[in-house]
Amino acid sequence: MTASVDIGNVDLTYKGVSGGVLALKGTTLNVERGEFAAVVGPSGCGKSSLMKLVTGLVPADTGEIVIFGDKVRGPVKIAGMAFQNPNLLPWRKVVDNVLLPLEIVQPHRQRFRSHKAEYREQARALLATVGLDGFGERYPWELSGGMQQRVSLCRALIHQPALLMLDEPFAALDAFTREELWCVLRDLWQKLRFTVILVTHDLREAAFLADTIHVMSARPGRIVMSKPVDLRRPRDLDICFEPQFIEIVHELRAKIAEVRQA
Amino acid sequence: MNTTLEKLSPWLFTIGIFVLWEAACRFFNIDTFILPSPSETFAAMAQHWWPLMRHSFVTLWTTMAGFALAVAFGIVLGLIVGWSRTIYRGLYPVMIGFNCIPKVAVVPILIMWFGIGEVPAILTAFLISFFPIVVNVATGLATMEPELEDVLRALGARKLDIMLKVGIPRTQPYLFGSLKVAITLAFVGTVVSETVGANAGLGYQIALAGSSFQMPLVFAALLLLAVEGIAMYAVFAYIEVYFTRWAFRSSMSAAA
Repeated sequence: MTASVDIGNVDLTYKGVSGGVLALKGTTLNVERGEFAAVVGPSGCGKSSLMKLVTGLVPADTGEIVIFGDKVRGPVKIAGMAFQNPNLLPWRKVVDNVLLPLEIVQPHRQRFRSHKAEYREQARALLATVGLDGFGERYPWELSGGMQQRVSLCRALIHQPALLMLDEPFAALDAFTREELWCVLRDLWQKLRFTVILVTHDLREAAFLADTIHVMSARPGRIVMSKPVDLRRPRDLDICFEPQFIEIVHELRAKIAEVRQA
Repeated sequence: MNTTLEKLSPWLFTIGIFVLWEAACRFFNIDTFILPSPSETFAAMAQHWWPLMRHSFVTLWTTMAGFALAVAFGIVLGLIVGWSRTIYRGLYPVMIGFNCIPKVAVVPILIMWFGIGEVPAILTAFLISFFPIVVNVATGLATMEPELEDVLRALGARKLDIMLKVGIPRTQPYLFGSLKVAITLAFVGTVVSETVGANAGLGYQIALAGSSFQMPLVFAALLLLAVEGIAMYAVFAYIEVYFTRWAFRSSMSAAA
């Protein structure tokens, strides 16, 4: 397999009012095409900075980021993103929220007006795969938090991005809804096989979903451990109670406790 | 039963104030010259209905003209100011400084430039009411969720795309909210100008009646002014709900 995301020895400083803050130092990360990677770490370790770097929203001070063979210079156009807050547009119906990326990204942008019906059908089909069949004509505020987050996932995926960036997408949900959405994401990924970078606080979430888990150090962040997850696929939620799974979570926990003290 | 009471309460309160006012005038035997009672005020209104109508109409249309200018100018300037931080920082002190100047001090200048008539009134209404519109539109743009901007920028959206798809639509509740404030300010502007120098309008009527000690007529004109203000406020409150129903609904569902 070829690398889809290749972060090589990157430093990143945020220029704030009270001087610069070194967010990342010597960060190196490798994600293969179609791989599901998770990044975990103590809070404030620069996980979100990593997201902005990979999508080209902020430039690195030093080092190089290569995505699908191209060096990142400005915002990359092949990424879908979803965050903890679903950030839906309240004045748009659910289906129009999902369609938003197609109004912006090429080549759909040009075709959008003339092929609107076809695109709406696509959006409805995608909504159906996350269990929101028939909710397209509702407004976001009529949906529960978990449903809104599903819409947000659909919006991130409608333009079939090669890379999906998730920044704690399930952190604000209750435990049951969260596990439900793990399965939604698992199924979507198994069907569409995009590359995923999932930033999370939840070690079980990382272990359940990812192929590889990368542990970041405290600020300034860098990757201190990359743990492959050798659990069988497809995984179901019962796997969370198997010894092998629990062992992985324990190991990650110990590592994070260690870097927090350092 | 509670809901009917709630619906009637604006009327009950208004009538209650008039009753209190009337009672106070009679009980304390207040001179008409100091404070005319509501009955005297309404009598003056009936007696002078034609000039009052004419002046009310002049005030209404000059206010609306000035307000229309303020909306157009306010939206454009608000979008410009909200668009770029540099322009925001550059223009803000100037705008605050300008807003601090009492508009009554500007009226003589406007009269010098444009002569006695409707033009100074329109311009004063405009000058006094555009500021809240600018501030609100700019705030609507400036408070856009950074994550949403990231989502769009990561798709290759240009600044213009982000403005058209997100910035401007999400500014609507701010804009319509500011219109309610601005319309009442516009009335203040018109009347200030008419009081300083005009030959028509409720402000002119108030100044004229005041100088001939016709206090009931002064109060009649004031009441009509209040009625016009309430009516226009209600119109824009309705427009606000109509155009930005999603903003009201989403905040209601957030509370639920």
